[in-house]
Amino acid sequence: MIERTVADLRKGETAIIKGFRNASLSLRLLEMGCLPGSEITLDFMAPLGCPVGVRVLGYKLSMRKSEADSILIEN
Amino acid sequence: MKSQCRIALIGNPNSGKSSLFNQLTGLRQKTGNFPGVTVDKRSGVCDLNADTEAEVIDFPGIYSVYPKSLDEQVVMDVLANPAHESYPDVVVVVVDSANLQRNLLLFTEIIDLQVPVVLALNMLDVAAGMNIEINAVQLAMRLNVPVVKINARVGGGLEILKKAVLSQCQTASTAADSAKNLPSFFEPTLLVADLVGEIKAKFKLKNDYLALQYIHQHNNFTFLSPAQNSEITGLLAKYKFDGIDLQAKEIMARYVKIRQIVTDSVKQKTLVHQPIWTTRLDSVLLHPLWGYISFMVILLLMFQAVFSWAQAPMDLIDGGVAALSGWLKDTLPPGNLTDLLTDGLLAGIGGVLIFIPQIAFLFLLVSLLEESGYMSRVVVLMDKIMRRFGLNGKSVVPLISGVACAVPAIMAARSISNRKDRLITILVTPLMSCSARLPIFTILIALVVPTTTYFGVISLQALTLLGLYALGTVSAILTAWLLKGIVTVKEEGFFVMEMPTYKLPRWNHVGLTVYDAVRAFVLEAGKIIVAISIILWVTASYGPGDAMQRAESQARSQNAALDSVAVDNIVKAQRMEASYAGHFGKFIEPAIKPLGYDWKIGVALLASFAAREVFVGTMSTIYSIGSDPNGDNKTIKQRLRAEINPATGGPMYTPALSFSLLIFYVFAMMCMSTIATVYRETKSWKWPLIQFFYMTGLGYVLAYLTYQVLK
Repeated sequence: MIERTVADLRKGETAIIKGFRNASLSLRLLEMGCLPGSEITLDFMAPLGCPVGVRVLGYKLSMRKSEADSILIEN
Repeated sequence: MKSQCRIALIGNPNSGKSSLFNQLTGLRQKTGNFPGVTVDKRSGVCDLNADTEAEVIDFPGIYSVYPKSLDEQVVMDVLANPAHESYPDVVVVVVDSANLQRNLLLFTEIIDLQVPVVLALNMLDVAAGMNIEINAVQLAMRLNVPVVKINARVGGGLEILKKAVLSQCQTASTAADSAKNLPSFFEPTLLVADLVGEIKAKFKLKNDYLALQYIHQHNNFTFLSPAQNSEITGLLAKYKFDGIDLQAKEIMARYVKIRQIVTDSVKQKTLVHQPIWTTRLDSVLLHPLWGYISFMVILLLMFQAVFSWAQAPMDLIDGGVAALSGWLKDTLPPGNLTDLLTDGLLAGIGGVLIFIPQIAFLFLLVSLLEESGYMSRVVVLMDKIMRRFGLNGKSVVPLISGVACAVPAIMAARSISNRKDRLITILVTPLMSCSARLPIFTILIALVVPTTTYFGVISLQALTLLGLYALGTVSAILTAWLLKGIVTVKEEGFFVMEMPTYKLPRWNHVGLTVYDAVRAFVLEAGKIIVAISIILWVTASYGPGDAMQRAESQARSQNAALDSVAVDNIVKAQRMEASYAGHFGKFIEPAIKPLGYDWKIGVALLASFAAREVFVGTMSTIYSIGSDPNGDNKTIKQRLRAEINPATGGPMYTPALSFSLLIFYVFAMMCMSTIATVYRETKSWKWPLIQFFYMTGLGYVLAYLTYQVLK
């Protein structure tokens, strides 16, 4: 089964973070509040589809699509 | 003698740390450097009470003590080294109360280093707007540190904060051991006990978490010798240390404890996300169409504003200096000293002062964009486009700041964590037309472009100026695209970035930014400009041996038939040509002739290799020496307009020559400060040299083409 990531979310869709694909990238994401078990919402996409904006812990982060793709979500 | 105390302000980016710094220190602040590294150190003085004075240091904003960029390294480099001259007595951790969980991560790390801490809860009003209610007493009890509510924006809670800092400061020295009572949020010994033990013994450390930082970050610590570094590396190999895994475990462990504390001391009725108007603004400003249109409109407004608003004060300064110079000439006895004062010194000072309105306006507008939170939207809008050209959304900030000055802009490139993107950004940023080029642009444009306006508001002159800026921007981006294939640096970088809510600008912040920029310019660039102006006056007023006297007597005997005013003019021109500066200009004349320049422009070009802004001042010095003795109180523009080309008999400053000069200055790397900054930032002479030759080469070739096509 293919694992879903934040990059697969539709605008406005919310999911629960399950884990990460990239270890070193995960450190930065963890520090900025993307914790496994917490809710993440795809808030907006930049006009060209990347970067994307997410809402986590009640505030907004922007990240590249490749970075969003490293955040695994529960199905 | 007041007793002293050193305070470090540490916090997440956007936590209001810098506002607090400004509130505490006001105008008693300065920007320096941390020794050994090129990170700006903002420090200032603040009175804690009548007899205690504190040095306050504003550290770069960080999300954790593990650095992700060069700037962030400095925080642990200082905190891990009690011998460091900036090592604090007390750390004030500033947190954004609206985002307490994430902000407390850094706080728990600092606590585990066992330095005296005060927790400052900021942005409680924003938190209240999100229905978040924080019980500060409960929080203080759970964390076992003083917790103070502040409002850094308006300066609320400062007196209580000062008292808390003072008491921590006074107990710090006596109660170093009592730190053991503080709760620990993470015990590295549970996971890597042997390694931590060995490091502690080797470096005589008391604290486990500090030892862990030696293990993780020893390569960033400037206070460790290469031998000590390789010793630690050896130990890591011996214990098969896995840094990333341990760090991830650490962050998770911290969040578990933080969650418990937050649950106990924070009440949130209903979850409300960012203020509704931020979402509304974003739906326009990040819109696929309206987003780009608004960005373009904002840029256009910036240029229109700088061009028209700054013009009046600039004319005032220009006219004022000319009038003062004329008045001094009339009042003081004629002689060399008077000439030095008016044509040398005053012309030089005028060349510095005239910049102030433009620098002030540019820094005002750029800092408004940053303050309001719009700058990070620009980063998001531009990232994908910029990446095609080997840049990064974050390159937009350096590139836009480059419009004010390349020096701070190149320093701002530090926020780009990808080394290759950063290097390319540094290499192309000086192509963005900086404020030092603006006077050259405005004077030459005013000289040759008619004052036509379209639709009553858009002036042809402003459009030409915008065109020059666009030319610089386009070449910066194309050069970046070329460099993308040439420069090879392999390193992974992050983009992940917080999107702050839109905020009204804090005017004291904006004011301080503008004040800082103007002061730095007047004091630092001003010194160079005035010195060069005086040197120029001397080299233009004296010549080798009696060459100048001979030139004068020759001119007089050859033109005896003419009236005395005409003779005086010819004499002055001949003397100038026979002077040291004249020789200098003549020497390089063959090289610049194809661009349409004569030796006088050559002198100004050479002088402005130090700094572009010298060009206008130099021109004014040169032309005032050679000008009509009855019309000395003319402005620079009038002097340039009156200059006659001896070869054609027409005006010297034709459109062909002026545009050739304009193009040359768009491209050529004529700024010693930028070269020095690039050297500092890249730590090698390779990149500044490459930059100097490619930019100046481009300038020469394109100016040549411009002149040949237009003439």
